[in-house]
Amino acid sequence: MNSGIPIQYFLILATLMFFTGVYGFLTRRNLITILMSVELILNSVNINFLAFNRYLYPHKLEGMFFSLFIIAVAAAEAAVAIAIIINIYRRFATINVEEVNEMKY
Amino acid sequence: MVSNQIMFILFSAMIIVFSILTVTSRKILRAAVYLLFVLVSTSGLYFMLNYQFLAAVQLTLYAGGIVVLIIFSILLTSHISQNFESSGWKKNIFSAIAALTGAILAIITILEYGFTASTEAAQLVDMRLIGKSLLSVDYDGYVLPFEVISILLLAAMVAAIVIAKKGAPKKIVLPKLNQE
Repeated sequence: MNSGIPIQYFLILATLMFFTGVYGFLTRRNLITILMSVELILNSVNINFLAFNRYLYPHKLEGMFFSLFIIAVAAAEAAVAIAIIINIYRRFATINVEEVNEMKY
Repeated sequence: MVSNQIMFILFSAMIIVFSILTVTSRKILRAAVYLLFVLVSTSGLYFMLNYQFLAAVQLTLYAGGIVVLIIFSILLTSHISQNFESSGWKKNIFSAIAALTGAILAIITILEYGFTASTEAAQLVDMRLIGKSLLSVDYDGYVLPFEVISILLLAAMVAAIVIAKKGAPKKIVLPKLNQE
């Protein structure tokens, strides 16, 4: 099946993707691009779960179900985050994180 | 060179290049489209690992749902032609150092740890098995996380509606039409 691809390749790929997401999370100012970086991070974790499941425990399905639940949580998180972003835009007319610096109280 | 190695190199190159473009692009809509490419190549990796159901979920939920939601909110909140101003070079450099340090540490750890691939026969992942494990209460069952995730999704839907709802409607005074 996966002849010739060691598990390390998958893990290194997921690591690079994860830290690209971290870089974006630290440097971006726009709320939507920060959300996109978080999606990158969640995806790289999914790759890790599936590679571990397929290579180290192929007779079980735990990694697959973890990834399924991570995808569901990511969908819920994106929906709530975008609702918050739209609300912030309505109140401040911007979604730049440095200009949104006051809360309700 | 086996064909699946070529496919792996193709998918991983696409993932790395497009994820770097996602976090560095100056135009926000382009960043969203690059994110779409990353998600589609990730589902290609899932197909390579023989998880067809999860790859389909990735395509429909991530590439179909979340990216559309993100693009929709971009169109609601930003001007398409507007470029970001670059965040200062100091912040960029320190973030790059932090990310590189973390990546190098993690890669060194991965390379030093000896993984021993399992020799057990692979479990065939078919839909019947997935459905049964999601609803079973046995040792290999996932009925509790399944129920928790359904409550979470319901709560998220209610929360999204409540948050994005407009506040108490103000009294709108309609201008009277001048009937001349």
